[in-house]
Amino acid sequence: MDGYSLTDLWSILVMQGFSGLSLFSVLLLMALGLAIIFGQMGVINMAHGEFMTIGAYTIYLCSKITEQYFPALMPYYFVIAIFAAFAIAFAIGYLVEFSLIRHLYKRPLDTLLATWGLSLIMQQIFRSTFGAREVSATLPDWLMGSWKPTPDIDIPLNGLFVMGISIIVTIAVVLFLYRTSWGLKVRATTQNRVMAGAVGINTKKVDRITFAVGCGIAGIAGASFTTIASTGPTSGSLYIVDTFLVVVFGGASSVVGTVLSAFSIAQAQSILTFFMTEAMGKVVTLMAIIVILMLRPEGLFTSKVRR
Amino acid sequence: MMNAFYSKWLGGKRGAIELAVLAAFIFIVMPLWLDIFRLNMVGKYLTYAFAAVGLVMVWGYGGILSLGQGIFFGIGGYCMAMFLKLEASDLASTARQTTPGIPDFMDWNQVTSLPLIWEPFHSLTFTLIAILVLPSVVAYVIGVAMFKRRVGGVYFSIITQAIAAILTILVVGQQGMTGGINGITDLKTLHGWNINTNSAKYILYYLNGALLIGAIVLCKFVLSSKLGRLLLAMRDKEDRVRFSGYDVANFKIFTFSLGAVISAIGGAMFTLQVGFMSPSIIGIVPSIEMVIFAAIGGRMSLVGAVYGTLLVNYGKTAFSESFPSLWLFLMGALFIGVVMVFPNGLAGLYDTYLKGRLEKVMAKLRERGPLRKLSPVKAGVQK
Repeated sequence: MDGYSLTDLWSILVMQGFSGLSLFSVLLLMALGLAIIFGQMGVINMAHGEFMTIGAYTIYLCSKITEQYFPALMPYYFVIAIFAAFAIAFAIGYLVEFSLIRHLYKRPLDTLLATWGLSLIMQQIFRSTFGAREVSATLPDWLMGSWKPTPDIDIPLNGLFVMGISIIVTIAVVLFLYRTSWGLKVRATTQNRVMAGAVGINTKKVDRITFAVGCGIAGIAGASFTTIASTGPTSGSLYIVDTFLVVVFGGASSVVGTVLSAFSIAQAQSILTFFMTEAMGKVVTLMAIIVILMLRPEGLFTSKVRR
Repeated sequence: MMNAFYSKWLGGKRGAIELAVLAAFIFIVMPLWLDIFRLNMVGKYLTYAFAAVGLVMVWGYGGILSLGQGIFFGIGGYCMAMFLKLEASDLASTARQTTPGIPDFMDWNQVTSLPLIWEPFHSLTFTLIAILVLPSVVAYVIGVAMFKRRVGGVYFSIITQAIAAILTILVVGQQGMTGGINGITDLKTLHGWNINTNSAKYILYYLNGALLIGAIVLCKFVLSSKLGRLLLAMRDKEDRVRFSGYDVANFKIFTFSLGAVISAIGGAMFTLQVGFMSPSIIGIVPSIEMVIFAAIGGRMSLVGAVYGTLLVNYGKTAFSESFPSLWLFLMGALFIGVVMVFPNGLAGLYDTYLKGRLEKVMAKLRERGPLRKLSPVKAGVQK
């Protein structure tokens, strides 16, 4: 670390920390969806990354359509497109649950294989539809540019925006799970499926909606992803391992744990990347997580559920 | 003695027939049918079958789904590749490099002396031992850390997958040490014996087949022992086995390590037959493809795993040559189909549809057996 003055180090820390925050936002959104699906339902959704890609492509399509037909609406389309991304990912998730996942609830390892197959098919559909090359959505002007609190520090606006989205979604998920009657049903089903069914909860319907909501949130993750990177057919699958580690590391069914673990993983990765190569930064981070998981397999936060 | 061998190692009459058919297929049918180029390719697929056989033990019988089988395949492959590469980079053939005597990719990456880890791979004995010991040590460490703490099921799968990801990033990132994304290429001789000639390819193919059948026989022995029964009991009701006083973790660790060593042998044979080793063969995607090989063959069938591997790889080669975009659809459909429609794979299909009919035919043949001696006379009478 020689060669850097103290102010330099501070600026690096802030800027790398901030780029870590963008990564954190996307990881968090991905992990939230997965935490709902995996933590609440115990389903391994290997195609989760592809639902993110669906969201990203939805934004791309929306931007193209707006540019073509309603150029006047360009500054506003993004907000509506986020809802579209959620809705489309939600609908496809609903379909997938209905046709595939619900047959496999009792065989978690098989779900893993089936959803992996699903992810291959979805990737190929993306490739055939949008081409193998990466595309990027035209962003509204107010997302471009950056904010400079001091001359050395340069914080991109799209990063701030992405963070805003993930904070809103996190709050919405917490409210959904802990303040609505639907959330109550979801938690009841998680804790004891048979009992929940006995008191009149339609557990199958709960499962379907829960899965679809998880996928929808992945769609929103895709929407924020488009603001910081371009989208290709395999963009989502690059995140799947990290996302699973975030969820497992945070303790599968804890929202607080998911937030904290997404934060620490993204920050560690982004700050280490500056001092080592990108690959080594990632290796060191993932290794550390695995070692911690070996010492504490239940993750950072555990909910007290009897098995 | 012979009887014990027959029932324990081969698995009785049915097992012996299965093995004989497989051996005939690998040793006689394939070499007669295919030219050396295609045969070499089959040899490559058969090295994946080692990983699939390992997975049948670990996943089918042990109930542990390892998504990191590529790790061990890679360890075996890289050990062998390091030895071959050192032999290919002798002083004479690397004289034009800035630092002669080290592998070419190190020279390209401004590495000026051989890294310490590479030193022992000058020795063939060390390499062969490393191929067997290194994967079992790695598997043992992972196994102890996970199984002793009763981590299993999907957590284990996710963590092994993450380890496979880490290993790939590491190998790709440390270019000067590992050859990076290109891997270790340009391998020529094994202890002075040129591995790229046709005759060498034949010999390696047969060696590979023999090792594969040896591995299957070894697995059959393990399964027919008490351990095999414990494994089955554990998979179905782990707590019950634990309450009976067995240390469940140790059996799992053993099985996981056994699967790892078998995969590593496959990896080493891969390097020998294909002539290179690269990170594209050890990462997340190849590791999960190995699971599909085992699943297609039938997750409980050691012999089936070999056929499953051959079938999927044949399909992959055939389709990706002519319809590359169709292949991923088909592969995806295979994953979904194998869990939804035929969870026991080829072996299951054989058991439900073919076995009964074959037995009927066999029974008929047996009935006819004694009659046939009479038939010439009968035929003569009729004429």
